[in-house]
Amino acid sequence: MTRRTLSTVLLAAAVALAPLTGPALAQDKTIFIPLLVYRTGPYAPSGVPAANGFNDYFNLVNERDGGINGVKIAFEECETQYDTKQGVECYERLKARNPVLVNPFSTGITYQLIPKAPVDKVVIHSAGYGMTASADGRWFPWVFNFPMTYWSQASAFVKHVGQQEGGMDKLKGKKIVHVYHNSPYGREANPTLETLARQLGFELTLLAVDHPGQEQKATWLQVRRIRPDWIYISGWGVMNQVAVKEAGAHGMKMDRVVGNWWTGTEADVVPAGDAARGYKSMTFHAPGANFKVHQDIFKHVYAKGKGAAKKEAVGEVLYNRTIINAMLNVEAIRTAMAKYGNKPLTGEQVRWGMENLNLTEQRLEQLGMKGLLRPLRVTCENHEGNGMAAVQQWDGKKWNIVSDWIEPMRDVVRPKLEAAAVEESKKLNYTKRDCAKEK
Amino acid sequence: MIYRAAGQFKTTYAADQAIFPIAQDRVVVLLAVVAAFVVPPLLADEYWLQAVLIPFLVYSLAALGLNLLTGYAGQLSLGTGGFMAVGAYSAFKLTLAFPHVNIVAVFLASGLIAAAVGLLFGIPSLRIKGFYLAVATLAAQFFLIWLFNKVPWFVDYAPSGTITAPPRSVLGVMVTGPEATAGARYVMALAFVAVFALVAKNLVRGRLGRSWMAIRDRDIAAEIIGIRPLRTKLLAFGISSFYCGMAGAELVFLYLGSAETLAFDVSVSFLVLFMVIIGGLGSILGSFLGAAFIVLVPIFLANLPHLLGIDMSTALQKQIELMIFGGLIIFFLIVEPHGLARLWQITKEKLRLWPFPH
Repeated sequence: MTRRTLSTVLLAAAVALAPLTGPALAQDKTIFIPLLVYRTGPYAPSGVPAANGFNDYFNLVNERDGGINGVKIAFEECETQYDTKQGVECYERLKARNPVLVNPFSTGITYQLIPKAPVDKVVIHSAGYGMTASADGRWFPWVFNFPMTYWSQASAFVKHVGQQEGGMDKLKGKKIVHVYHNSPYGREANPTLETLARQLGFELTLLAVDHPGQEQKATWLQVRRIRPDWIYISGWGVMNQVAVKEAGAHGMKMDRVVGNWWTGTEADVVPAGDAARGYKSMTFHAPGANFKVHQDIFKHVYAKGKGAAKKEAVGEVLYNRTIINAMLNVEAIRTAMAKYGNKPLTGEQVRWGMENLNLTEQRLEQLGMKGLLRPLRVTCENHEGNGMAAVQQWDGKKWNIVSDWIEPMRDVVRPKLEAAAVEESKKLNYTKRDCAKEK
Repeated sequence: MIYRAAGQFKTTYAADQAIFPIAQDRVVVLLAVVAAFVVPPLLADEYWLQAVLIPFLVYSLAALGLNLLTGYAGQLSLGTGGFMAVGAYSAFKLTLAFPHVNIVAVFLASGLIAAAVGLLFGIPSLRIKGFYLAVATLAAQFFLIWLFNKVPWFVDYAPSGTITAPPRSVLGVMVTGPEATAGARYVMALAFVAVFALVAKNLVRGRLGRSWMAIRDRDIAAEIIGIRPLRTKLLAFGISSFYCGMAGAELVFLYLGSAETLAFDVSVSFLVLFMVIIGGLGSILGSFLGAAFIVLVPIFLANLPHLLGIDMSTALQKQIELMIFGGLIIFFLIVEPHGLARLWQITKEKLRLWPFPH
């Protein structure tokens, strides 16, 4: 045997047999929160600011307050590339460190984790994404999607259209196109839009864009043929900037092109340049870095060189969204600590905290987030909370909120949501719990 | 020395035709199979079983299937992901329609459905071959995924378009659904792979396998000696799709738990093709080695910085992982274009002569 073959064989053997893991042991006196992030791949434009927000807020709580009531937050990133298989691998790897709560930050991965949650006793918080039906806490005790679901969001969008057109009765005969990412995420809004189209009499066309969404020429040619009055976009990652660019290139009136809240960030509009001016998107919080919490982050995190993002990127839409997401997690844990004591908690205890979260205006002010988002209240039955949506518009330099808070059409959404929850939980053999008994 | 065959006499035809003619091989393989059934469920933690070993077994089955078609019958296919999707969606629809049928029967039936679809898309193989056929099978991949995306019946009208594996048990042990332990799923996947690897090995040693190889090596000569090309090629497509369909059903039922069409997109087809090429075309062992390489090495590389205690950013880590992985693929293909299985074969031959090479 030549030396070359021998070394090849040895290398092959080393690669095949090398021990794979040995995740670091969880320290006690901490609460572990895994972060499934995607800083690479086609979804990185959305994934990077989101990941940075989580890092910075958890670091802020650790640096400024010494953790949550003295219990430090331990967190670790795992790269998923927004791919569900890699996401499952990440979740399984980080599960060894006894997480109490996970933010999948991907509707696809959320769907994978939902069946695991009751078995692993890990709370899933899909803030503003995930499975809409899981907002019914009587069927899905372990899954939370406050501050709002895709279905509520879609109904708020239709309300906005109604307001702009001068009344809901004016919607009759209007043409609305939904351009969506062809995945569970993108499809989520379709049932609500279809119901509302029947009720209000607008013409709805659903146009799917396949993963990852770089290629949308054919879709936009169709859009141009339809000549819609309004366009609603559910995109993510690289799909968003292409969609905004195409909408501009096809001469759509940009103030009638509305993205959902995952389709309205800086990364989506900056590449389109002037063409994106006037583009709107839904949101559930304010943009910008002019809140006290940002000053705290600069002071306690960035001044110590622990910042995850570039300083200019603090206050971007997705960055703000994930500091809010992280804050909601922290406050839920704090709520649970009020009942169970200031110590590392179990998944069940954190779940109780999530279900009894009551974020008042006063508490938001203490957190330096007054005006950033609305107060929020979650209950055992309603894991969506009482969130409201707003519309923001890109003026060429920054996002501005241009509407009042819009109350979603809960009378339309909630019954459908409850029906869907029954359907979804039938697949998993779930039984309904009685919220009245758990107080 | 280790592989000394001296004293092992073959006195019957059966002994001569054994899968492992050398006694040492028989013992080692038998021990390895028994160990595979016993050791991981007892010793490995959930991460190892659920995130490492089960995907390895599932992809091994898919690679076996593609190896029969591409490695033995010489029909290049890029439709693997599509055929896997057929298996997965049929298994889903079958469990919904017949809740009392045993899950093993469901898997086999979904394999049969995938085989039927494979036969259909194998028809062009009579007229075209090589890269042209690859493109035709690519059409199958895109068409099937489009179909499952487009027709809500396949996902049982779920608005999200995801299929979920319902809880099912075999012999009183839960094997699918969220309550099934990773150990039970692993044993189920392993049992399927073990049985069907044996079937594949015997298929390729027999009449059918030899006619596949004849078609692969020179189809006109094969036709002259009396092999019917249409029947042989279609059987290759059918049997290969059967394997892929079962792998697809396992992917959803034993590994992911729920899935959308994205889990079966064209990158899966390429991945399985890479497994076959790197493992070794026309080799049963190669299918396993290839699957191990493609599934395990990225996971190993992802964990490496942690093991070495190096603290680096997640993005940098991923990019380095992709570079090393790509580099390793090129390295192995340069040193041994016939794949990892060939490397093992060379090693074995050397060991038979060691320590007295001539």
